[in-house]
Amino acid sequence: MVSNAPTAADRPLAIEARGLVKRFDGFTAVDGVDLTVPQGSIYGILGPNGAGKTTTLRMLLGIIDPDSGIRRVLGHDRPHEVAHAIGYLPEERGLYPSMKAYEAIAFLGALRGLPLKEGRARGKQLLEENGLGYAIDRTIRQLSKGMAQQVQLLGTLVHNPRLVVFDEPFSGLDALNQGKLEKMIRALAAKGTTVIFSTHVIAHAERLCDEVAIIAGGKVPFAGSVDVARDRIRPQVRLETRASDGPWRAALPPDARHEGKLWLFSLPESGIEPLLRALIEGEAGILSLSIERAGLHDAFVAIAGEAAARALEESPEELR
Amino acid sequence: MDVPNRPTGRLSTLAAAYVVARRDFVAILWSRSFIFFLLGPLFPLLVGTLAGTIGQRVQETADRPVLGMAMSPADTARMVKAEQSLSDQLGPNMPELVVVRQLAPGEKFDPAAAMKNNKANLAAIVTGTPEHPVLTGSSDRIANWEGRVGLLAAQALERNPTNYPEVELAGIATTRADQTHGQMVTAQIGQTVLFLLMMILAGMVLSNLVEEKSNKIIEVLAAAIPMDAVFLGKLFAMLAVSMVGITVWALVGGTIWFAAGHSLGDYPAPAVGWPTFLALGVIYFSMGYLILGSLFLAIGSMASTVREVQTLSMPVTMLQLLNFFFASFAMAQPGTWIEKAAMIVPFSSPFTMLAHAAQDPALWPHALAIAWQLLCVSVLVKLGATLFRKRVMQSGPQRSKKRWFWQRKGAGAATAKA
Repeated sequence: MVSNAPTAADRPLAIEARGLVKRFDGFTAVDGVDLTVPQGSIYGILGPNGAGKTTTLRMLLGIIDPDSGIRRVLGHDRPHEVAHAIGYLPEERGLYPSMKAYEAIAFLGALRGLPLKEGRARGKQLLEENGLGYAIDRTIRQLSKGMAQQVQLLGTLVHNPRLVVFDEPFSGLDALNQGKLEKMIRALAAKGTTVIFSTHVIAHAERLCDEVAIIAGGKVPFAGSVDVARDRIRPQVRLETRASDGPWRAALPPDARHEGKLWLFSLPESGIEPLLRALIEGEAGILSLSIERAGLHDAFVAIAGEAAARALEESPEELR
Repeated sequence: MDVPNRPTGRLSTLAAAYVVARRDFVAILWSRSFIFFLLGPLFPLLVGTLAGTIGQRVQETADRPVLGMAMSPADTARMVKAEQSLSDQLGPNMPELVVVRQLAPGEKFDPAAAMKNNKANLAAIVTGTPEHPVLTGSSDRIANWEGRVGLLAAQALERNPTNYPEVELAGIATTRADQTHGQMVTAQIGQTVLFLLMMILAGMVLSNLVEEKSNKIIEVLAAAIPMDAVFLGKLFAMLAVSMVGITVWALVGGTIWFAAGHSLGDYPAPAVGWPTFLALGVIYFSMGYLILGSLFLAIGSMASTVREVQTLSMPVTMLQLLNFFFASFAMAQPGTWIEKAAMIVPFSSPFTMLAHAAQDPALWPHALAIAWQLLCVSVLVKLGATLFRKRVMQSGPQRSKKRWFWQRKGAGAATAKA
């Protein structure tokens, strides 16, 4: 059956960036980043520390301007033009310590154009709905770090934005609250909000994202769906045989390595059938055989690693 | 949760500045620092009064010259009685009279020798008789006291009226010289008050920005609204706070002042008149504060730590002090190119113009100066916002040292964080 539901590629873009470059004091932090984020999708920006994720997000939000390249956010070249439709949770969280929790939420909404009175009412409502009703009248300095972080998260969403940008949203949250945040992100996407977040914890992206961009050394070596990223790595074969040696060994791919009783190697391009035949005919005595599709983590390590190696080859001084 | 409405459009720069200003204004007004700000003028007043009182007491006890007396017991009694009588009329103008010695008939007394062995802070000694008093002391002192000792002796001889008629006082209008001098004093006071207020407030706005940085809120603000709006909001919030402070000071101070029987008429009127002068004072205070505050914000935007802010703001404070001296100097040179230069330099312009208002009744230069100062404020705010975006929103650690051009090729990585 053919589905008529629009794919991510068919949807209009919430964010489009072409060739974004940012230099600081001669150091290139972001070097020609291209991104296309479909509306209503959950989009992950993955990268090791220092890869250029935060700088990229800051350029997309208009906090800093790129030295070159173009960016279109919700159809506008100047992100501040659509600030009322964007929510942003920076990596370094910050609220005024003397403000009450609901006032802090209302203030964040007011910055995005939500009338203060309405923001206060919504702030109280959001706190109640998220199990923080007891903290409504507490000042931020009276809250724990995690609770304050949740207050800021609610302030990011109080004006019902069409695009939400989270920079490392899971850092600093306990497992329970990480789960709640994942649920919240899914709920946002379900009602059509575009969510883009950066993380260096791949598991979150793997569970949540429709598409990801991997940033390494200021460049984007990969951008696309999680499935495509995983398919960049050949599936891994784990083979256990009774015989330790024999003519069947010649059929194993050259990258096969022996760890304990297991042979580990990437699935050959010719597929598993010729190998199976050789193992059976060679009387290897197959005890177990599994073919595992690569996870996003493996794909990330491989793609980011390749990018780093390439960058080192291209400009070794830059990375020294 | 039902889906709430979302804002329909972005905030204008002024609306965004208002959001920031409202938050800052309320936060500062309810903070302890505002109480200290209100009490601020009390400290120099208290210290000044205390120091003045102590100084006066020290002056009185240490330096008040004493007139010694060595006469026969009868003459001594008459002189002491005369001194008491004259003290009521002349007060501190009469030297304190101390009996050094009551001379027996025929006893010789050497006042010069007594002055040498002086242990009672004696400035001079009067000997002889009331009919023929002899004053011994240093030449300037005896010249100064000659008349008063004569008056004292005359009183002792009862050669003066015992009832003093009440003197009717008839003041005359001040001379042109007095007026010019008075206006100069008014201008000086105006400049000094302006300078002190501006320095306090500019420092406060800088602390506010640094606090914002340490609270990590600045990135939230920068993502939502233009940095120009953040800067404007902060500047105007502090201006509003200062206006509240000034109003409180004016009400309290004015009440005490007028309750004590003083009025503005006691002081030399500025050339533009008191109401215009006070209005211009408020305007120039606002302009001066906005110029200095935006400069301090620009400095704050370049610094990433409190220590850096302090280091950077020190030379600016010194320069501002120089500007103040420049404006003070220009005040004494009306109509010269020095005064015109001080009017044009944005940092000295508010001081100079206020002094000008005290000395010259023309109002058009003020309209021109205010327009010029507004332009400078907008340029400085823009500059600060640009610097902020360029320098502060660089993620990751700043470079620790400046590198020379030959070191720049292949610059090291890892300064920018992800």
